Amino acid sequence: MRPAHSPVVHLIQNFVRKRDFYAGGLIIFFGLVMALKGPGYRLGTLMHMGPGFLPTALGVILICLGIAIAGTGLAVPEGEDEDLLPEHPEWFGWACILAGPLCFILFGSLFGLIPAIFSCVFVSARGDRTATWTSSLVLATVVTAFGVGLFSYVLQVPMPLLTWRGL
Amino acid sequence: MIETALTDLWYGFGVALQPHNLMWCFIGVLVGNMVGVLPGMGPLATISILLPLTFGIKPVGAILMLAGVMYGAQYGGAICSILLNLPCHPPHAVTCLDGFPMTKQGRGGVALGLTVMASFVGASWGITEMIFLSPILVRVALQFGPAEICSLMLLGLLAGSTLARGSPLKGVAMTVLGLMLGIVGTDLETGAERFTFGMTHLDDGIELVALALGLFGIAEFMNSINQVVSINAKYTNVRLRDMRPSKSDVKQAIAPMFRGTLVGSLCALIPGTGPTIASFVAYATEKKISRHPEKFGTGLIEGVIAPEASTHSSVQGDFIPTMSLGIPGDAVMALLLGALMIQGIVPGPQLIKEHPDIFWGLVASFWIGNIMLVLLNVPLIGIWVKLLTIPYKYLYPSALFFVCIGVYAANNDMFQVGETVVIGILGYVLLRLGFHPAPILLGFVLGPRFEENFRRAMLISRGDILVFVERPISAVFIGLCVLLIGLQIYVRIRGAKPPIEIPTVLEGAE
Repeated sequence: MRPAHSPVVHLIQNFVRKRDFYAGGLIIFFGLVMALKGPGYRLGTLMHMGPGFLPTALGVILICLGIAIAGTGLAVPEGEDEDLLPEHPEWFGWACILAGPLCFILFGSLFGLIPAIFSCVFVSARGDRTATWTSSLVLATVVTAFGVGLFSYVLQVPMPLLTWRGL
Repeated sequence: MIETALTDLWYGFGVALQPHNLMWCFIGVLVGNMVGVLPGMGPLATISILLPLTFGIKPVGAILMLAGVMYGAQYGGAICSILLNLPCHPPHAVTCLDGFPMTKQGRGGVALGLTVMASFVGASWGITEMIFLSPILVRVALQFGPAEICSLMLLGLLAGSTLARGSPLKGVAMTVLGLMLGIVGTDLETGAERFTFGMTHLDDGIELVALALGLFGIAEFMNSINQVVSINAKYTNVRLRDMRPSKSDVKQAIAPMFRGTLVGSLCALIPGTGPTIASFVAYATEKKISRHPEKFGTGLIEGVIAPEASTHSSVQGDFIPTMSLGIPGDAVMALLLGALMIQGIVPGPQLIKEHPDIFWGLVASFWIGNIMLVLLNVPLIGIWVKLLTIPYKYLYPSALFFVCIGVYAANNDMFQVGETVVIGILGYVLLRLGFHPAPILLGFVLGPRFEENFRRAMLISRGDILVFVERPISAVFIGLCVLLIGLQIYVRIRGAKPPIEIPTVLEGAE
């Protein structure tokens, strides 16, 4: 049993466990960014609207929506899936997926298309739990060969195949 | 009027049958079908990945190819749901209910054969509707001033976000977020830079490709990695011979096919009700009028045919508001419209008049593409079925590379690859918080035009906000908006439950 608190504390504790509380919070955050930054772009009048008019209006709408979303979280009973993270968080997998495009940017701007494709596919393929070093290497090689053929020769994407831009 | 429509259609076939257009259409349906079959890849992801490849093509070829990808993916999705019980695309969720039991009884081939037939009938009806309704709609829409366009967009945005899956409140929040993302960049009227946070790369706004691939590419991969549903390939041994339905099967299927088509075309007329709702309504209707409703779910042919026909007829119907008014009904349509805008074509009622080759060529290519799909699906079924067994661990790294090079090639700008990563993280966070990111695209594509028309309407009315309810046509749209919101609140309070249990849909492959 949880220690007995006043009903208000209990309510808040329940509330903070809800996913919709954070969902509403995120929306309110976006709304605040717009509503606070919008007037800085000059509001203008209704007849001659400035660039800040619509962002400010949308920001206010977003804040209201956020409050409503968080509010419904308070009203409905706890659902099955209130965890913010999935049952088995895949930190390594996520990191690999995000690292893939980052490798593409880094190797692509420094060394050219071939290293970019290879590193991108290889790194992201490592994220799967059943992937082995060999399977990732083979996949990366195949995709690189295919990608160079399609994008460099057929579609002529202007990116050098191999280059050295220094470190 | 029928005569002009037929002349225009004839002209459209002339455009669509030009060798290079025919080729793009073929590539589109082929790739769409291929990728649609792959478990975990929906039409949205497929179109976004292929979008950058179309930048080098002429607008007509590009739109024919992307539209081909879309309905090709629909055909492919049906294979996936009937044989594997995996609805890769929400409209096919109900197809699983009776399609997979049929497969288990060894009648999967028959189900597939009849599905191809039903899809073709449904699509044909939808195309006919498009031919005759669009010109009428355009004639009405050409009278619209900025106020009417504004209220119509508002209706489209509201319908698209509240009638989609999930909580309507969250849907509207996503649409507004999309509008906000559409604002980023230089304001066209005043030249002010908004929400660029000092980054000059953002002056031209967020790239549509980066947004779509972040939300439906990277975020999706993060969601599905290592969540492999074990693919049951036990029943995937389907040959051409198995697909031929018997005479009694066909007889049983004809009535549901036409009922489904009708339901789909009616659903297409209501803005915002996409193919998903159409397929659910069709299934529910079949169950209601059937003499033995208890047998549904055990492999009844009606339960497969009606939703499939309905989906295809409503998808084609969705093109009507998209092409004739420039108001997309869902995220897929928004993406297609965005592709046209990238090509420098202004969507709206003037599109059919100014670019008849695009509109009528598209209409004609629907038929050509659908015939191609029948020809592709029937004899090549063995190959499609093989594709079902490609494991996800090979799929997502390759797709990730396509995402990177696609975003890069759009503008030869590495910064946008980074943009995609950031949007991908945001998309995953939103997914985890129970949002469905599809309406973001709707808001993003319509946002700049909404702002422009709102400004113009306010300028003309001298700052009188009441203009939206004073002008009759605009008042009707606003009235519909209010009705829509009222209905949602009413349903919420009544606590109505959906009539059928929805099987688990692969997340986000909408």
